[in-house]
Amino acid sequence: MKCFVGIDLGSTTTKAVVMDEQGSVLGRGITNSRSNYDTASRVSKMEAFVATRLTLFRRGLEDIPGLAEQLEELLGSLERNFRLELFLEQLQDLEQTCRENGRDLRFASRHKAIAAALEDIFAQLRDKLAGLFTPGIRRKSDFFRDLAGAEYMHVAEQVAKDSEVDYETLLNLYDKSIIQVENRPPSENLDDKFLNALERALHEGRAFGVADEEVLQPVRDALLVDLDETYVVGTGYGRVRLPFPKEHIRSEILCHGLGAHLMYPRTRTVLDIGGQDTKGIQVDADGIVVNFQMNDRCAAGCGRYLGYIADEMKLGLHELGPMAMQASKTVRINSTCTVFAGAELRDRLALGEKREDIMAGLHRAIILRAMSIISRSGGVTDQFTFTGGVAKNEAAVKELKKLVRENYGEVTININPESIYTGALGAAEFARRAAAEA
Amino acid sequence: MAANTQAQAIKESSMLKQKAMIAANYDALTSTAETGRKVASTFVPGNLNELIMCFDMLNNLPEINAINNGMRKKSGALIMDAEKRGHSEDVCTYVKADLGMMSKGNVAPNGKAMPAPDLLLLSYTGCFTFMKWFELLRHEYGCETVMLQVPYEGDGQITRNMRDYVVKQLKDVVIPAFERVSGVKFDIDRLREYLKQSAEAEDNLVWVLESAKHVRSPIDAYFGGVYYIGPIFTAFRGTTEAVDYYRILRGEIEQRIAAGQGPITPEGDMPEENFRLVVEGPPNWTSFREFWKMFYDEGAVVVASTYTKVGGVYDQGFRHDPEHPLESLADYCLGCYTNRNLPQRVDLLCKYVDEYQADGVLINSIKSCNSFSAGQLLMMREIETRTGKPGAFIETDLVDPRYFSAANVKNRLESYFQMIEQRRKAGSAAA
Repeated sequence: MKCFVGIDLGSTTTKAVVMDEQGSVLGRGITNSRSNYDTASRVSKMEAFVATRLTLFRRGLEDIPGLAEQLEELLGSLERNFRLELFLEQLQDLEQTCRENGRDLRFASRHKAIAAALEDIFAQLRDKLAGLFTPGIRRKSDFFRDLAGAEYMHVAEQVAKDSEVDYETLLNLYDKSIIQVENRPPSENLDDKFLNALERALHEGRAFGVADEEVLQPVRDALLVDLDETYVVGTGYGRVRLPFPKEHIRSEILCHGLGAHLMYPRTRTVLDIGGQDTKGIQVDADGIVVNFQMNDRCAAGCGRYLGYIADEMKLGLHELGPMAMQASKTVRINSTCTVFAGAELRDRLALGEKREDIMAGLHRAIILRAMSIISRSGGVTDQFTFTGGVAKNEAAVKELKKLVRENYGEVTININPESIYTGALGAAEFARRAAAEA
Repeated sequence: MAANTQAQAIKESSMLKQKAMIAANYDALTSTAETGRKVASTFVPGNLNELIMCFDMLNNLPEINAINNGMRKKSGALIMDAEKRGHSEDVCTYVKADLGMMSKGNVAPNGKAMPAPDLLLLSYTGCFTFMKWFELLRHEYGCETVMLQVPYEGDGQITRNMRDYVVKQLKDVVIPAFERVSGVKFDIDRLREYLKQSAEAEDNLVWVLESAKHVRSPIDAYFGGVYYIGPIFTAFRGTTEAVDYYRILRGEIEQRIAAGQGPITPEGDMPEENFRLVVEGPPNWTSFREFWKMFYDEGAVVVASTYTKVGGVYDQGFRHDPEHPLESLADYCLGCYTNRNLPQRVDLLCKYVDEYQADGVLINSIKSCNSFSAGQLLMMREIETRTGKPGAFIETDLVDPRYFSAANVKNRLESYFQMIEQRRKAGSAAA
């Protein structure tokens, strides 16, 4: 079947969307952007095609009598086991890469000890990390680096205590190897992994009340469907690095405008707060960009600002919003300059302000800056769609709603749970249109 | 093509001539110790070159020195030097580049030291910073300073009173000061001769600028345009060299039209014309080539610009007039683009969009020039409404390299070009 792919290479994450000829989204994929855009684009695309297969499985399994109620559970289990397959493959790759790097001449006198330490570490990792994929476990991240990295360091610290190899050497090996592993193209043969995952899913715990073959056949059929990458369009900051001809590259402003239009056709104003830029975009009834403004030169008040504040406060990025929601008042923060805001933050803490209240102030500062960009682009016209990573932050959303109401009255504000894919969605639609025009 | 032509930009004879003219002027400026010639420093808007020549004096333009240092990637260090000596980050970067240049020995592009000016001629007051700039220079040099107060066209027109006021100052203040400093008596017939040459060169300049009305423009009226205005905006208006330069230039453009060629770029002829733009605001000088490339790589041609009118809006009919020498100098000072109010600027830009069949107006807003930048976003909205053509807004600086973010500018430009394309497609689908 013909597939149209949009890839959005952001400064923090790379997103991909696969669309069919009718414009329905078949799958979405995301990965960290790394410093290697080629790999990031390949991985996100692979993820989106994995999700596409799952969509096809769903379509094939939907009509099986007796499965309907358990379909979600089966598909969930299938995906979880498939992720485990992928994860174990990457873990094996990491082990092998660490071993190869351990044979470096620099470590000549310690080759044996390093091999033994790695053997120990990876045996423990396999054991512990597989547990991340048991039913009901919430993983902190979907990225291999995050999952494997934290555990590796923890285990290596213990192993180093009883080994001739010091912790720093083991850490060095990891640092060098993870970059190689991350930047290696994912193995293309996914069919076997799907079938293995399905086997596991079917026999993992509870029975699904249907014969295995009844499930296996539609899945095999779905795997036979040839997913043809008919047209790919790239967007985002890394777009020029994509190995595509120029006509396959679209500005992220146009992609965001069109993506927001596809999600909410009555959208007229779009606000996107991404990692390094904030964009205010006005679109017409067809999703065509009429006007836009974005931050100039510095990324003050963008997603990275929150990341920096989180680091300053030794918190996770996702903890900032909930903390700000606990505020009893909003401390005034004047600066959206990331560095100055850090100084203001410490200053307010020293004055005895509560962290929650300061957090509320920081969120307000970001949204105030975004409001200025929106007003320069032409203001807010109903409906208003908020996209980008910061749209997931409840405190930012709360502040935005308040300021939009104060400045522009009652306006419908749309925030899609999949809003991070807005740019990739627009790019996929551009791909679909380009193919239709060709 | 790009790889081997980038290093060696293609030069036409007009370019070589201009290069030689500029070099000769710097040589004249840096050899005053030997020749004994006197120097007047002045600004591009309101530049009274013909008058300066009447007193055998040389014309030095600090703005042009700043641009020169910007294009030769020297302004960054000069600006930092001025900041180190107490000038804030937000001050006009032309000023800081100039002050930095002074503190570093005031070295001209020929490697020799520039002379101290004998006279500071502030002949345009629409930019308040100019006044402060010369105040700083006066403090430094302690030389004679003349201020010609030029009333702002706040109501959108030049009145009789305004003209008379400027003429009176020329007669009572400016000319006597020049006579005093130079020791040369003012001769109005000499001025008439220069003005005659000015008008001849201006005719050809206008012809060149208006050649961009051809669809498939033979010139870029912004990136190429800043070279075309070079002689007329600086120390050459009124000279025979300028007359020759514009005659040669016109001939070259006539040939380009006959050959069906597009604008010339540092990488050769532009192969296609995809977008026709009108640009408001000065260019960025520190990344001039990179900035230009963002346009010609996309087939975007600037068909008209307002920056090429800061030293005279000749395409709207004004000419230096030998029959009314002082009056025409007054009209010149009063009429330059920077002295026009916002509605006049909007009118001119709308007219350009229409007459040059442009796809829209792009504004390059300059961080350190409030005089140019104030009101630009409102201008854009008004122009969009009146022309129905999309506008776009980018932000850079004149000569401070820290304020040119290539990725950001490119992102906005590409978005703008694609926006125009998308609207064209939607338009043709609806038709």
